Amino acid sequence: MLEIKNLHVKLEEEDKQILKGVDLTVEAGKVHAIMGPNGSGKSTLSYVLSGKDGYEVTDGSAELLGEDLLDMDPEERAAAGLFLAFQYPVEIPGVGNMTFLRTAVNSQRKARGEEEMSSTEFLKVVREKAKDLKIDAEMLKRPVNVGFSGGEKKRNEILQMAMLEPKLCILDETDSGLDVDAMKLVADGVNALRDEGRGFLVITHYQRLLDHIKPDVVHIMYNGRIIKTGGPELALEVEHNGYADLIEEEA
Amino acid sequence: MALPKLKQDATDARIAALSLPEGGWSAPARKAALARLQDMGLPGARDEYWKYTRPETLVSVDPTPAAVFEDDEAPFWDGIDRLKIVFTDGVFDEAASDDLSLENIEFARLSDSTDILWAKDLYGTLEEAGQTPVQRPLAALNTAFATDGIVMRVTGPVSKPVNFVYNHGSDSSDAILHHVVKVEKTGDVTILENGPAAARFNNCMEVEVADGAGFHHIRAQGRDHERRAATHIFGRLGTESTFKTFTLTVNGVLTRNEVVLELLGDDAVAHVAGACMGDGDFLHDDTVFITHDAVNCESRQVFKKVLRNGATGVFQGKILVKPGAQKTDGYQISQSLLLDDDSQFLAKPELEIYADDVACSHGSTSGAIDEDGLFYLRARGLPRGIAEDLLTIAFIAEAVLEIESQELQDELNARVAAWLERRRG
Repeated sequence: MLEIKNLHVKLEEEDKQILKGVDLTVEAGKVHAIMGPNGSGKSTLSYVLSGKDGYEVTDGSAELLGEDLLDMDPEERAAAGLFLAFQYPVEIPGVGNMTFLRTAVNSQRKARGEEEMSSTEFLKVVREKAKDLKIDAEMLKRPVNVGFSGGEKKRNEILQMAMLEPKLCILDETDSGLDVDAMKLVADGVNALRDEGRGFLVITHYQRLLDHIKPDVVHIMYNGRIIKTGGPELALEVEHNGYADLIEEEA
Repeated sequence: MALPKLKQDATDARIAALSLPEGGWSAPARKAALARLQDMGLPGARDEYWKYTRPETLVSVDPTPAAVFEDDEAPFWDGIDRLKIVFTDGVFDEAASDDLSLENIEFARLSDSTDILWAKDLYGTLEEAGQTPVQRPLAALNTAFATDGIVMRVTGPVSKPVNFVYNHGSDSSDAILHHVVKVEKTGDVTILENGPAAARFNNCMEVEVADGAGFHHIRAQGRDHERRAATHIFGRLGTESTFKTFTLTVNGVLTRNEVVLELLGDDAVAHVAGACMGDGDFLHDDTVFITHDAVNCESRQVFKKVLRNGATGVFQGKILVKPGAQKTDGYQISQSLLLDDDSQFLAKPELEIYADDVACSHGSTSGAIDEDGLFYLRARGLPRGIAEDLLTIAFIAEAVLEIESQELQDELNARVAAWLERRRG
């Protein structure tokens, strides 16, 4: 589903190489986790895949379902089925959450040449999905993320994911700033979306999120490359021993 | 002191072209205003208070013609039950207006000859008070020469808003209107204003808000591209009174909105807010002066300007805290969203404080569309244009949120969205 080959990325404004040859394949139906210390390039990878400005791809490729991602605008990537759950969701005062969601859903449908969702159908679907995430009508009416707690923002991200039904979901440190209950709620939301046609890339510092969202494959990223790949046990190893041993092995 | 010759000539020429309405209850106030005007002269390009906005076309004998714009949008406040009072090119349109009758309001027209005692005491009084410490000659000119206007006394809560509709009918119209609003104890009124009014519009509103009373004002200035306007609102606030005004301005080559408020009673609240949308040949000037002269009062100034294609925004906002006006809570923010490199925003925030136990804050920024917000929206699949429009609406939200009614907020946001959509490539 997601095929990353030899991806090299540097910051546009300074001559600093962040990703130094990332190879990664995420299959449909699988959950891949990427762990790694601060500054290893995890978030950069998520931004480059979703099309944020400020990065320059110097080598390599990234394809989603056979389509070249790196050539597309962010909105085209979204319509092609890529979704990034943000570490820091942006507040947008004056724009209602519902309006935003509906505009997003219909923009993607339009881009794919599909029929737009009617407001009645949309309302029905959004209410159903919001309920599962314990998002009440009030929160749906409020401006996007404005005055939301950390947990509410992350739940709102998952609601967007549920509404947009992407093919590949990237979760960028979705556990940061969440207490245990909030993390459970978010994880349940993600797990509800797991199915055979959808791949996940879960970026996290800590093993604890992976207790709730069980990965099939765990990658360790360090200094712009994936230095080790294994099963869920690799995450436990990191939890016990830290990254130092793995980094030493690599060096 | 004699005026500089240029200013003297311009003032004389303008006055000579106008005729002072004779007789009636307002005559003494008009004569006094004319004397004030002759004393200070009309604004000129060298006046400090007109440093960013060139006054020539506002003071010239004849107005610069302005084509009447074919407005294809639905009338403003269409879904809202309101009392409509219509002026076309500054002339009262009785046929298009509702009966001047509403519970808890006494209405009259400025041009009525019957003596209106309470209005006689007020007409020109707040304008005159507002001439110090900064002169506002166009307001004095208005008091002297206004051809009509609504005079209303609010004696209790009012069931629906009063709506002044200003139609623009002639390319060369020059309108001068002056309204007086007296809100007495327990009174509470909402005034809506909308429309381009004329090729050139000089509008003045004097508002006295008694102890515990409330005044709400929402204004939409649009959409004719070539129109010019100079407006003044003078307000005097009593104890525990509320005064809130919001203006949305779209288009117009030149708009100068001055708001001059005096908080004279303790615990009064004054909010002055505005948003403007300018594209190309557009200058919008918000000039605000709020005087705190009582204890524990709150004032807020929130102004947002969206500018593109060389449009210019001006903000001159002042908070004056007089000796003894302790516990004053003053807030002022003026921000512009510059959608390209050609547009500019000129801001002059001023605080002058003579009390030692006050909280006053001010801020002013200019910036482009927020890149993080833009990426967030595009990552959800919104095309760049739509994402930019939503972020623009988000930018003005702090000002729009100053309007208490959600219904009115929604209407203004929809107008802004339509304005943006028309410009989206």
